[in-house]
Amino acid sequence: MNNSIIFRIDWLLLIVYLILVYFGIVNVYSATYSETLNGLFDFSEAIGKQFLFIIFSFCIGLIILLINSKFFEQFATLGFFISMLLLLGLFFFGKTVSGATSWYTFGAISFQPSELAKVTTALIIASILSKFKSDIKYPKTLFKIGAYILLPFFLIILQPDPGSALVFAAFFFPLFREGLNYTYLIIFLSAFALFFITLIFPLNLVIVIITLLILLLYFIVKKHIPKIKIWPFLILLIVSIGFSFSIDYIFNNLFEQRHRDRINIVLGKETDTKGVGYNINQSIIAIGSGGLKGKGFLEGTQTKGNFVPEQHTDYIFSTIGEEWGFVGSSFIIFLFCFVILRIIFQAEKQTNKFRRVFSYGIAGLIFTHFFINIGMSLGIVPTIGIPLPFVSYGGSSLLAFSIMIFIHLNFDANRLNDW
Amino acid sequence: MIRSFFLPAVTLLTAIVFVGRLISLQLLNSSYKLLSNSNAVIQNSIYPERGYIYDRNQKLLVSNQPVYDLMSIPENIIPFDTLELSKILRTSKAELKEKIKSARTFSVKLPSIIFGKISKERNAVIQEKIWKYPGFFLQKNSIRHYPIPIASNLLGYVSEVNKNDIKKDNYYRSGELIGRQGIEEYYELLLRGKKGKKFYQKDHFNRIIGPYKEGKFDMPVEGAENLFLTIDMELQQYGEELLQNKRGAIVAIEPKTGEVLSLVSAPGYDPNMLVGRERSKNFEKLVLDTLAKPLFDRGLQAQYAPGSPFKTLNALIALQEGVIDNETAFLCKKGHFYAHGMFMECHCRPGTKNNLLSGLYRSCNTYFANIYRRIIDKAGENVEEGMNVWNEHLKSFGLGNYLGYDLPIGKKGFIPDASYYNYWYNKGGWKSATVVSNAIGQGELLTTPIQMANFTAAIANRGYFIQPHFLKSINNDNLNKVYEKKETSIDSIHFESVIDGMHQVVEIGTARVAKIKGIEVCGKTGTVENFIKINGVKTTLSDHSIFIAFAPKEDPKIALAVYVENGYWGARWAAPIASLMIERYLNRSVKRKWLEERMLNGSLLEEYEKPYSGKPFVINE
Repeated sequence: MNNSIIFRIDWLLLIVYLILVYFGIVNVYSATYSETLNGLFDFSEAIGKQFLFIIFSFCIGLIILLINSKFFEQFATLGFFISMLLLLGLFFFGKTVSGATSWYTFGAISFQPSELAKVTTALIIASILSKFKSDIKYPKTLFKIGAYILLPFFLIILQPDPGSALVFAAFFFPLFREGLNYTYLIIFLSAFALFFITLIFPLNLVIVIITLLILLLYFIVKKHIPKIKIWPFLILLIVSIGFSFSIDYIFNNLFEQRHRDRINIVLGKETDTKGVGYNINQSIIAIGSGGLKGKGFLEGTQTKGNFVPEQHTDYIFSTIGEEWGFVGSSFIIFLFCFVILRIIFQAEKQTNKFRRVFSYGIAGLIFTHFFINIGMSLGIVPTIGIPLPFVSYGGSSLLAFSIMIFIHLNFDANRLNDW
Repeated sequence: MIRSFFLPAVTLLTAIVFVGRLISLQLLNSSYKLLSNSNAVIQNSIYPERGYIYDRNQKLLVSNQPVYDLMSIPENIIPFDTLELSKILRTSKAELKEKIKSARTFSVKLPSIIFGKISKERNAVIQEKIWKYPGFFLQKNSIRHYPIPIASNLLGYVSEVNKNDIKKDNYYRSGELIGRQGIEEYYELLLRGKKGKKFYQKDHFNRIIGPYKEGKFDMPVEGAENLFLTIDMELQQYGEELLQNKRGAIVAIEPKTGEVLSLVSAPGYDPNMLVGRERSKNFEKLVLDTLAKPLFDRGLQAQYAPGSPFKTLNALIALQEGVIDNETAFLCKKGHFYAHGMFMECHCRPGTKNNLLSGLYRSCNTYFANIYRRIIDKAGENVEEGMNVWNEHLKSFGLGNYLGYDLPIGKKGFIPDASYYNYWYNKGGWKSATVVSNAIGQGELLTTPIQMANFTAAIANRGYFIQPHFLKSINNDNLNKVYEKKETSIDSIHFESVIDGMHQVVEIGTARVAKIKGIEVCGKTGTVENFIKINGVKTTLSDHSIFIAFAPKEDPKIALAVYVENGYWGARWAAPIASLMIERYLNRSVKRKWLEERMLNGSLLEEYEKPYSGKPFVINE
């Protein structure tokens, strides 16, 4: 067997990763294009910085490929601890950009620790689950994992950056894969449903709905199991109402108006094409105007006119849609599916639980970003400002997702070697 | 295992939903493509300056003047002292707020006019203070300017297009200008030119960031043309002065060319009333004046009975038909019985014997009633034939139909024919005596002043007229257009005796007041009975005063018709006015200051108020 990593690495996944990064910088170039731009190497411009980050990510990636796989398992706890420190440090040294204190800045370069926290949280969860005698079915393990997810979640939501915080819901996928009780799937889905019901309907009506539903549930269950007690239902009722209240509270107090507006637009509670719905509307117009083949590189009129806000970051997909058309955008969707499914497929083959859970975790993270970001650009998911992995402008995000991919590549390459 | 397939299934499902959404956005819904164009590409129209209008001597009648519109982009407005700004603009606070509100409703990102058509002088004041109000700015615009406030109805005016205009011609966009009435309307295409288009790439602040596709789709402006009219500005102005405080019309034509030298309708209005901020208020005022009707062009639209000037045509027809010669004479006994018990009055002394010449200069009703009956009765019992022959002759003078001049309004007038009388009296139910009023230009006849001036020009030309028109040249280049020469059905040899008669009218006849030293003037007075209905009661008003004239007798240079409503009789107002016009036009100055003074100062306003005073009144006092 050839020991060289070059022959063991999954080149196909690496190439798709490189295609995505390349396509990303091409579209960031287009979205930030102006007549005065001095090409890729103008490091005072967004495109130059992004180019630097790509080089940096490739270097880090190379190093990761060469590191012994076992290192990551040992590093998990320390890594998580460091990233939590970095998140905490934001409250003292962070820089506030558009209302959220999410950044460390070093001269022209800024860094977003919440991106790194995604990697370290994936590592720590994999680490906990793979420990001897720990099982997701044990409440103790579950509680511990819950705590490790909620810690970064709350640190990030306090910045406040609800979008990035929401991404941590992605860890539901590896947990479910590892045997999380179906009850949690139901809770996960009903919490999701309750979330939207609370936002759509007034609170008092929601309470009535919840009460009636739970009463109905109680009587149905009672018919089949006459001995059933009423108190689990009462707890369910109280928890549900409490959940609704807290969502209502978060929505109306923690969220800023811009977050509320964005959600309201997608929920159909407001239609305002010149005000808040502007972003979504412009994005849809840009994508729609692309047609089958798109307008071509640097030819997007919506893109050139900067009609779509945050186009090089959160709305990069609208540039792709306008300039590369249906062909280009569905190709991107295909590539993301390929990346996610291939990581899952390779994770399933892993016999090492740590590596399996980690790979599954990053598949969940990539999926969540993919789902929210493109869904938002297409106007079917509320506006939640998170980047499209590998493609969007943003060094921290690119770096974090590159680290994830390269760790996975490392794990996969060494699957048969050292377990 | 279900757990292993959960995330892959969700991923694939998401991808399918996304691709489905992409299909619906990019492949099925083409409207997003159009929206993107209108959104990111701005189309700016560039307008050529509206053409100037000059008179026949290159004197400026209409030009443009700069005005300023106060514009606002609502999203850039920061809270400000509305009371202060409204004071600067000299408007009310409520109105200002209302305007800003409606601008906001239109678009917060696009500029709207808050306060339009600010004069150059006010602009200077506002310009100094406008920096205090972010979101507001002044934009230069252009409106019509009339150096001398004359010929308002003839020139027409300019106003913003309405929905109908846009529907009729998709060239126009809301807020653009269009010519209305007169020259402005008729020559709209020449005066406005053709707007050009420039396409710009916009950014999301609606800022222009450069030309779209290097101006590949831009369309150049096509310049507007300057028009030179046939109107003589000085004569026009003089005519308007002469008709002040009177109602009526003056139409003067150069017989050889058909060029209209002046078209006066009184009362007129100051064309400057219909530009600028007060336009709509003033326009309403003009429309609501239903008695004086300043917007009604009496020269083109008023249909009066032609009265005695019409006798010249009857004389020509009688000569052409051979039913009289120059010496044919009739006895007048201060009128005559034209049928049993039917007497037509005349102001000739009893026992006067009139031939063609004296019939004309004395305007003898008896003479013309007789020759008219000869025309109608030429084919014996068959009065229909006589009537139609008469009708055809008149039509050849351009009566009873539009003249085809280059203004958008006009009236046909009316010349009866046999079928008309057959309709009223049944076939065979009428004779020449029945319709004898036509002999003296009363009865069913209706003509407009421009038709009267036109047939006077035809008489002056001894048998033909050129289609009257108002455009002399475009940009001072000769018009390629040749105006149609229309021969009348009267042989030219018959004109001399009628013209002699018209000359005698001025020399020794009814219009001696029109005599001008050194100019042989030919004319014919008219006094026309007229009625109106007041509250459904037919009320007789003072007669209209009419005069047609041309001069000089040989080589005529001007032919004109003058109508002064309720001016008692022809020689009282119309003849002096016509005579002064001729003197002014041919000599460029007027020596008869006493006559000029009387005409300028004379007012018929009291006369016009009589029927509405509610008291009984005397006519022709």
